[in-house]
Amino acid sequence: MNSSQAVYQGIKKAGVDFVVSLPCVNLGRLMELVECDPEIMHIPVTREEEGFGVCAGAFLAGKKPAILMQNSGLGNSVNVLASLYQLYRIPILMIISHRGTAGEFMSAQVPMGNATPRVLDALKVVYLNPQTPDDALKLIPEAWILSEAGEAPMGILLDITFW
Amino acid sequence: MQRIEAIRKICQYLGDELVICNIGFPSRELYQVKDSPTHFYMLGSMGMASSIGLGLSLAQDRKVVVLDGDGSVLMNLGSLVTIYNQNPKNLVLVVLDNECYGSTGSQCTYSSTTDLKKIAESIGFQTFFFKDEIEFTKVLETDGPVFVHVKVLPGNADVPVIPLEPEDIKKRFMEEVQGKK
Repeated sequence: MNSSQAVYQGIKKAGVDFVVSLPCVNLGRLMELVECDPEIMHIPVTREEEGFGVCAGAFLAGKKPAILMQNSGLGNSVNVLASLYQLYRIPILMIISHRGTAGEFMSAQVPMGNATPRVLDALKVVYLNPQTPDDALKLIPEAWILSEAGEAPMGILLDITFW
Repeated sequence: MQRIEAIRKICQYLGDELVICNIGFPSRELYQVKDSPTHFYMLGSMGMASSIGLGLSLAQDRKVVVLDGDGSVLMNLGSLVTIYNQNPKNLVLVVLDNECYGSTGSQCTYSSTTDLKKIAESIGFQTFFFKDEIEFTKVLETDGPVFVHVKVLPGNADVPVIPLEPEDIKKRFMEEVQGKK
């Protein structure tokens, strides 16, 4: 199973039925799989912060939400994670393509790449870092269980080497 | 018309509709006018009202009315584009436009010179405009998404902070939406 299929099967196994997305070159295949799935409502958004708002609304109606995003979008989403998700205790699965990690070819990605884990730590967002497709398939459904039970976002950080 | 008066007028038309209300004084004023399990009061995340309303309207069938503000809409203008393209029939986005950031001391926004209704029209929305009276029956009868531009006066009503915890607001609202009473 390749990396994109493993993440897709992981979110299917988690029961995710509502996905918002902004693209990353590493998320392209996953976005296609989600878009073609009739059991998943897929909403492309214009900014990650907006996507978190859309997912919160869907969660209030009983959906199991996930966001597909590049780590750069985490910077756009700091306030919504604190003053909507943490404040009201709302779960979401954050599938994050983590650029600026080992193997990055573009230096511009490095500063936010380095900051990403510490921004998540500052927000007290727990994250997992699967290294292989098998890891992702196993950890993503577990992450959703923790997110729902803990009423808090869970991050899945996917390094460049993962893809 | 003061903003609380606009909220009072709109509330007179609402029954089963779900309401997402913007952060700050608008939520406090709505709570003062009328409290209901159909209300979700925002206490943070300025700009997110229309996005929360979009997610809610896509995920279930009941009509959703968002009470937003000019400053908040300007903070998340991309949301209007997403809403129009997702085309939820059951979403009404009301912008109570007082041309200022009312909850922080009435600093000016750009909505006195940039017409928010024209922005919505250029995106493709069906729009309504109200200033002195609010005829909301037509709005609720129109298939959405609908953009309702209401010009109101600056200033906040003298109303207290909402005495509900965020988790209680969420829980009560989710029970109302999902029928798990």
